Amino acid sequence: MKSKFAIFALITFALLTWGLYEAMIGAPTEATMGPVQRIFYYHVPCAWVMLLCFPANFLASIAYLVKRNAILDAFAVSTAEVGVVFCTIVLLTGPIWGKPVWGIWWTWDARLTSTLVLWLIYVSYLILRKFSIGGPNPVLAASLAIFGCIDAVFVFGAIRWFRTQHPQPVFGSGPNSGIDPRMLHAFFINMAAFTAFGILLVWLRFVLERTRQKVEEAHAMKALRATR
Amino acid sequence: MTFAATLKNTLAKDLRLEWRSKDAINSMLFFALLVVVIFSFSFELTAEESRTLVGGLLWVALLFATVMALNQTWARELRNNVLDAYRIAPAPLESLFVAKTIGNFIFVSLLELVIAPLFVMFYNLRSLGPTYQLVLVSVLGNWALVVNGTFFGAISIRTRSREVLLPLLLFPISIPALLAAVSATTTILTGEGSAYLSLVFLAVYDVVFTTVGLVLFETVLQAE
Repeated sequence: MKSKFAIFALITFALLTWGLYEAMIGAPTEATMGPVQRIFYYHVPCAWVMLLCFPANFLASIAYLVKRNAILDAFAVSTAEVGVVFCTIVLLTGPIWGKPVWGIWWTWDARLTSTLVLWLIYVSYLILRKFSIGGPNPVLAASLAIFGCIDAVFVFGAIRWFRTQHPQPVFGSGPNSGIDPRMLHAFFINMAAFTAFGILLVWLRFVLERTRQKVEEAHAMKALRATR
Repeated sequence: MTFAATLKNTLAKDLRLEWRSKDAINSMLFFALLVVVIFSFSFELTAEESRTLVGGLLWVALLFATVMALNQTWARELRNNVLDAYRIAPAPLESLFVAKTIGNFIFVSLLELVIAPLFVMFYNLRSLGPTYQLVLVSVLGNWALVVNGTFFGAISIRTRSREVLLPLLLFPISIPALLAAVSATTTILTGEGSAYLSLVFLAVYDVVFTTVGLVLFETVLQAE
């Protein structure tokens, strides 16, 4: 298990290094936006990891309520925490790009607002886990996660009425959607690198949570034996 | 006991308790009044400006005031371990949830009845759109706040520092409902366009979250 983790970590860091090189040196500078466009190689992959984490948390939460298996709860908390971290990065890198390109740090458009609300919901999920009496209460947390995920659908719907300023998808919008192949190359390497990085973090957090659960269980068993 | 009987008894008990103590309604009313006064000191609005802003102010005031009522719904059941009694009682727990929600709905509706004239008075308000739709907005928006609030009240009662935690859990989830309610209110007040979409959105939100609340309530109440 440990060696598998070490190998995966090595691959991840190699990919991240390669991705950094391609994003900073390999890819050409964008004609109109200039160097600031390079943040896109981080912004989009982080958003992607976030979009993997939150649905995973939703599914794990439902599965937990059905099966009541502590492993599923450990998975739910790992994905939620890693999701919040990547969501934070998305929310921070966005304005850094937005200020020079759009001329504003923030706008209440559909995707920005949905991401922010998603962040708020999952932070409240983590707060609930922190504040439950007698350690994290997985049932309460899972219920909140289900509410949160259904709510995310409504959030997106509610904000769609407003005009959206976020750049439309660049890929697949026609044969001449015009992106330099070297940019595409850098982009996909970073997508792979950050996906691996996300999985690595979830893995690490999962092992940590399982250890915590086992320690807690052992304490409970000890207390039980002492009372007998 | 059947669903209907439990619902009726719990609701009657809650209303009677509130009628005698007036804890929730008084604190809510005074709090909302304070918010209205402070807002009207903070912004000096013309009649035109107030039409576009009051929707937001009204719903923020209602949201904050609602939390005061919600905090007391379940805290009331902790005395003498009533909540534990509910847990082991052979009555459908969902009826408890529905009764509590209806109770809170009544309290917040009363609050709206008092607060709405105050807003009209302080902000020189005159609606340019179909005013009757405002009733629909307040009913649907109120239910959205209260149904989620009652559910999260049952969650936050199980945590440390429960009064603090309830708004932290409730506000993020309520954002879409709040957006729709504010947008509907503003549309009606300014008379620009139709509030139909927001009303449908609120209705769907209400139905979905009432269902989810009903499905998950027993799980949450029995969580150890």
